Amino acid sequence: MTAMLKYVLQDVLRARFVIFYTTFMLAVTILLFQIDGDSAKVVASLLNVALLVIPLVSIVFTTIHYFNSYEFILLLMAQPINRKSVFLSQYLGVATSLCLSVLIGIGLPALVFGAVSQVLPLLVNSLFITIIFVSLGFLASSLTRDKAKAIGISLLFWFYFTLIYDGLLLWVIYTFNDYPLELPTLILSGLNPIDLSRILMLLSMDISTLMGYTGAFFKSFFGSNLGMIYAFGVLSLWAVWPLLLALRRFKQNDL
Amino acid sequence: MISFHRVNKTYGKLKTLSEVNLDLKMGHCYALLGPNGSGKTTLIKSILGMVIPDSGEIKINNQTILGQFIYRKQIGYMPQIGQYPPGLSMAQLFDMVKGLRPEVRNTDNELIETLGLQPLMNKRMYSLSGGTRQKVSAALTFLFRPSILILDEPTAGLDPVAVEILKQKLVEEKKAGKLFIITSHILSDLEEIVTDMIYLFEGTVRYNSPVEDLKTETHEASFAKAISSLIKNQDLQIKELVTP
Repeated sequence: MTAMLKYVLQDVLRARFVIFYTTFMLAVTILLFQIDGDSAKVVASLLNVALLVIPLVSIVFTTIHYFNSYEFILLLMAQPINRKSVFLSQYLGVATSLCLSVLIGIGLPALVFGAVSQVLPLLVNSLFITIIFVSLGFLASSLTRDKAKAIGISLLFWFYFTLIYDGLLLWVIYTFNDYPLELPTLILSGLNPIDLSRILMLLSMDISTLMGYTGAFFKSFFGSNLGMIYAFGVLSLWAVWPLLLALRRFKQNDL
Repeated sequence: MISFHRVNKTYGKLKTLSEVNLDLKMGHCYALLGPNGSGKTTLIKSILGMVIPDSGEIKINNQTILGQFIYRKQIGYMPQIGQYPPGLSMAQLFDMVKGLRPEVRNTDNELIETLGLQPLMNKRMYSLSGGTRQKVSAALTFLFRPSILILDEPTAGLDPVAVEILKQKLVEEKKAGKLFIITSHILSDLEEIVTDMIYLFEGTVRYNSPVEDLKTETHEASFAKAISSLIKNQDLQIKELVTP
């Protein structure tokens, strides 16, 4: 599997799109640091980029990569290798490359401008979001044999997690305004990795007072060790379950 | 030896393979023929485990292949269209494929030489023409000296010189007692190599016998003519035109 992984990595890292993505993030981060010396504001601006652009790029790139490597996967499948290692080498190749892009794009400028401690929570969240949306991208790819359909499903995932889910959440909160909503919102936020990430980020930036009682509740919950374990446990689950489902389908699908 | 026992495969409503029974023996070279969409590629892919049959059993050397992968050590497969990671150079591609099976030290590099791939080793795969990629596929197929060779339209896109070289290679390997399955629409390419013919139509095996029998049956001297006469006699062609 390591032999395959090495070449998938070489292939992906050389892809023009990945180079462009890395440069884009690098440029945005450097620009933000130069506009404003206050690294807390930079992180706040980067947060929006991270929570919109990173999921979109990760999921769409993964889907396109999967279908572009389809013939190559066929070549590998004619060799005495099991499907699981073919699949996992593709996954690890894409996930590692995109994580590298994030590390270089956001991490490197933070290092240069000496703001590592402020940017670190954002960086960790961005890496989680990357891995999660690569998993979801593989899930979308395994659901259909048609490239256009798969990209459609990917975009739908993205829309759902960035826009539609938040709309539903707001509706729930508004409708059940009269009831204590701390626990339900906590559970509901766990059902969307982007929301969970955003909450973690906002709490780390110390502006949770803006979120009222729920914010105070979140602050006390996620401030505890248990809360941190819960948050990263849920994010890890989000990375793992789509991957396992995709792997199961990949094993059963006709190629 | 490959044996199919009552193999069925359906895609949606379309029955691609229906009750296929076949026994393919070592030392024979089978031409797998049939109109487009008759199930040739599905049959080939089911041997490779890329397509999983709905029912029935496929055995190689009396061992079932369902869920297995080690058996593919014995198989060399040349796909209809070989597409490779565009960013890799040809040398990297060969290194990678060799790296998948490090236990095979004595690889067969003859076709790399004879097809003239050596000078192109540093070229990236995306810069190669379709024909050159087909040559790469051919060279990869024979690399590990497999005892079963499956070639899906091997001569499509190759120049006449390369076709001759490939044919020469096939003749040599046939002498070594290997099992071949070849699909091709260019019947004259198969003439010298093929020993048996399998005719698939709408997922069923319509004809399966040695080429000599076919020639006597149809009173034709050449393989190509014998086949077209067979198809006409059985009205397969007409049926194909009628059914949508």
